[in-house]
Amino acid sequence: MRHLLSAKDLSHDEAVLVLDTAAQMAATQAREIKKLPTLRGRTVVNLFFEDSTRTRISFETAAKRLSADVLNFSAKGSSVSKGESLKDTAQTLQAMGADAVVVRHQSSGAPHRLAHAGWIDCPVINAGDGTHQHPTQSLLDAFTIRRHLAGGAGDLAGLHVTIVGDVLHSRVARSNVELLTTLGARVTLVAPPTLLPVGVESWPATTSYHLDDAVADRPDAVMMLRVQRERMSSAGGGFFPSGLEYSRLYGLDQRRLDALPDHTIVMHPGPMNRGLEISAAAADSPRSVVVEQVANGVAVRMAVLYLLLAGAQATAPADDETRVLA
Amino acid sequence: MGPDMRAPGGEAAEVLGPADIGRALVRIAHEILERNRGADGLVVLGIPTRGLPLANRLAANLAAVEPGVEAEQITGSLDVTMYRDDLAHHPTRTIGATHVPPDGIDGKVVVLVDDVLYSGRTIRAALDALNDLGRPRAVQLAVLVDRGHRELPIRADFVGKNLPTASTERVRVLLAETDGRDGVLIEGPTGAGR
Amino acid sequence: MSVRYLLRNVAPLGGDRTDVLVADGLVAAIGAGLPADDETTVIDGTGLVLLPGLVDLHTHLREPGREDAETVETGTRAAALGGYTAVHAMANTSPVADTAGVVEQVWRLGRDAGWVDVYPVGAVTVGLGGERLAELGAMAASAARVRVFSDDGRCVADPVVMRRALEYVKAFDGVVAQHAQEPRLTENAQMHEGVVSAELGLAGWPAVAEEAIVARDVLLAEHVGSRLHVLHVSTAGSVEIVRWAKARGIAVTAEVTPHHLFLTDESARGYDPVYKVNPPLRTADDVEAVRAALADGTIDTVGTDHAPHPAEDKDCEWAAAAFGMTGLETALSVVQATMVDAGRMTWADVARVMSVTPARIGRVDDAHGRPIAVGEPANLVLVDPGARRVVDPRAQATKSVNSPYRGTELPGAVVATFLRGRPTVLDGALVEGKVLA
Repeated sequence: MRHLLSAKDLSHDEAVLVLDTAAQMAATQAREIKKLPTLRGRTVVNLFFEDSTRTRISFETAAKRLSADVLNFSAKGSSVSKGESLKDTAQTLQAMGADAVVVRHQSSGAPHRLAHAGWIDCPVINAGDGTHQHPTQSLLDAFTIRRHLAGGAGDLAGLHVTIVGDVLHSRVARSNVELLTTLGARVTLVAPPTLLPVGVESWPATTSYHLDDAVADRPDAVMMLRVQRERMSSAGGGFFPSGLEYSRLYGLDQRRLDALPDHTIVMHPGPMNRGLEISAAAADSPRSVVVEQVANGVAVRMAVLYLLLAGAQATAPADDETRVLA
Repeated sequence: MGPDMRAPGGEAAEVLGPADIGRALVRIAHEILERNRGADGLVVLGIPTRGLPLANRLAANLAAVEPGVEAEQITGSLDVTMYRDDLAHHPTRTIGATHVPPDGIDGKVVVLVDDVLYSGRTIRAALDALNDLGRPRAVQLAVLVDRGHRELPIRADFVGKNLPTASTERVRVLLAETDGRDGVLIEGPTGAGR
Repeated sequence: MSVRYLLRNVAPLGGDRTDVLVADGLVAAIGAGLPADDETTVIDGTGLVLLPGLVDLHTHLREPGREDAETVETGTRAAALGGYTAVHAMANTSPVADTAGVVEQVWRLGRDAGWVDVYPVGAVTVGLGGERLAELGAMAASAARVRVFSDDGRCVADPVVMRRALEYVKAFDGVVAQHAQEPRLTENAQMHEGVVSAELGLAGWPAVAEEAIVARDVLLAEHVGSRLHVLHVSTAGSVEIVRWAKARGIAVTAEVTPHHLFLTDESARGYDPVYKVNPPLRTADDVEAVRAALADGTIDTVGTDHAPHPAEDKDCEWAAAAFGMTGLETALSVVQATMVDAGRMTWADVARVMSVTPARIGRVDDAHGRPIAVGEPANLVLVDPGARRVVDPRAQATKSVNSPYRGTELPGAVVATFLRGRPTVLDGALVEGKVLA
């Protein structure tokens, strides 16, 4: 594997390897000296066409903890907003000596284009593209689930994860459906019918329109997706009538929280809309692992950077498909 | 990898057998105790992969000789992967676990344990890794085999066997814990089989 | 100067082999063993099929306004190489071809280039705005004699405007060619809505957005008794509606593009915008439906929707890329591959869907899409069905390289094209310099 573009790129064994590596990385982050010399001399470019301070800082922290140099390039106030193309931007960054490009883009597939259009020749890591994929988010989610529910080792066989909310526009949902099922978990998607994509029936997940049914099905983890308020207006598509109705039907409130099994963890990729998809009580409850997800994000991104950048494969140009992890 | 290292047509000479390895580890344990005047403040850290079972065996030997020593309390593992200077020249290495005894390493005498001492680069990485974990009073090095060809000013304090080799030859250490049996083999260039 | 060509041992419409003499712009003689004098160039047509020159009702020549993508000169060179003798140039230029002035300009550019007959399509509404009818009558009465009107690239979405246009063009025997795309259902749409779009996270262009307009328009055409031509039918549902309308006696004709006969939405998986097109590539079931419809006559014509774009409009991320793909130089090969070689159509059928019927719909059938018979204008194409070639967009005459068939091996090759007896293409290459006909 040369790039990380989609959770679908990862085989079962590769996914477990990333999680195992992340576990070692996490162990180093509990120490007083957190910085490792591993990627000294390497340059990681954070190419962010879409605002996401959290994800950028997470990648930046991960790269710096591995001693890589980090260049942050955000589209705002740069030549991108003056009409410079993705291609030109990427080639400029490569000319500046990027050894890897971490890209966040509002267009689905933009990281795929960066990796495969022949514009640049270095690993590309997808930090979220449009409504397509956000593979490192799904890896940190899997890591968090594994830590709490699978003894921190191996895969997620036998676990049941329920993902609730705007599946249609969610790269987090797409990535998690792929990765969690690759790791052996069962995934249920819960959303109003307007927020499930046409074609979802081909996904390796079951779908439901009713959160109460899904809660009664005793999931091991419940992942609440962020709902953008503009989706309820007709200008944004009018996907649901009102915030109130949404939170009544699809919000994780106290009653549903109480109905979950004791061991069930509550997840959210952030930032949360308290009172819309998740109640304050649920967000702050002991079963909420939202803050831990953020911390695990750094370890998982360190693992991904290590696996893509540290070995010889990162420097020698070769066929994408023939590369394997480890 | 199977226990039989004799590739067809290649030569793999066994230079140490299971009994030799056992004797060497007993001797090294005694040398460690002698050098440090007992086991007080000793920490034995194995370097994965094969340094780890060797460290465990050494600690067990120490505990057998020295009253009051509990093997698990003084052993740990030190993964050096992320400190290597040759990462970019090899396929990506899997990162092993680092685990230090509950009392830590500050002020202790750390005995690093590895299977083969060759260029010395692994030990250099281990010293860096150790540096990030704490500040031992002293660091010593125990290896099962020293095959020469050092590239750095590093030498072992305790050696199971000095094994003069050509750089084209390959030394393989087999341990029951990782390979199903004990043995040290030298493979000639024809038997390298790679 | 030789102006006589003897096509020796060719198979007109893929039928029995014979000789065909082209002289003075006409098919002068047909029969076995025709004599050749010194003035006559003999072309050995053994193994070749002779068809009437192809007619495209759906070409984007981009001039005026986007000469960086294509010009009338480069686009008509591509057309000649593709076996065409007539193309209808779509109106979405800059300025839009919504006045007599612009359509006459395009028509003159075509005449001056001389590679094929260029028939401008007039816009239905001013500036393709969808609100006010353009001066349809003035365009019809201009030197360009416009008969086909279309806002192609955009749908005439307002049902009242569409009704008025259908009615108005009856006065000069015109036809409205509709780009069927319900705009609200396709806001920001990027590709066919289905399994692949769900996975790729690209906004969906649902089949119903096409079918709803086709259904509405056939009913409108029936109501006002007008001709309707449905451009680039891409879904099985649209095919069913057209089949129903025809059975009902509605004067509807329908077009399919080569790419909708050949490619599916699976092509989008690599996010290469060369596969981004409007309407989008559909599913394998849809491809099968349009093939069957073309074979059984439900779909009447193959139109290229040749849509050249400069490299920068495709060398980018999917959402930023322009819709469209080139097609003039590959259309006949794609039809051969999907229909003829598959045993679903004969060469006579190919002549029908790529020449005779489009010429009739466009009301240019006085000159094009004629029978191969003595005394008819010699608008002809000579095809080698046995040839195979790997498509190299850089080697094509079109100015743009956005061919979805890059690197694909396709059957068939155009050996020669004759426009009123004058060869525009010989031995598969353009005949440079103006030859007197």
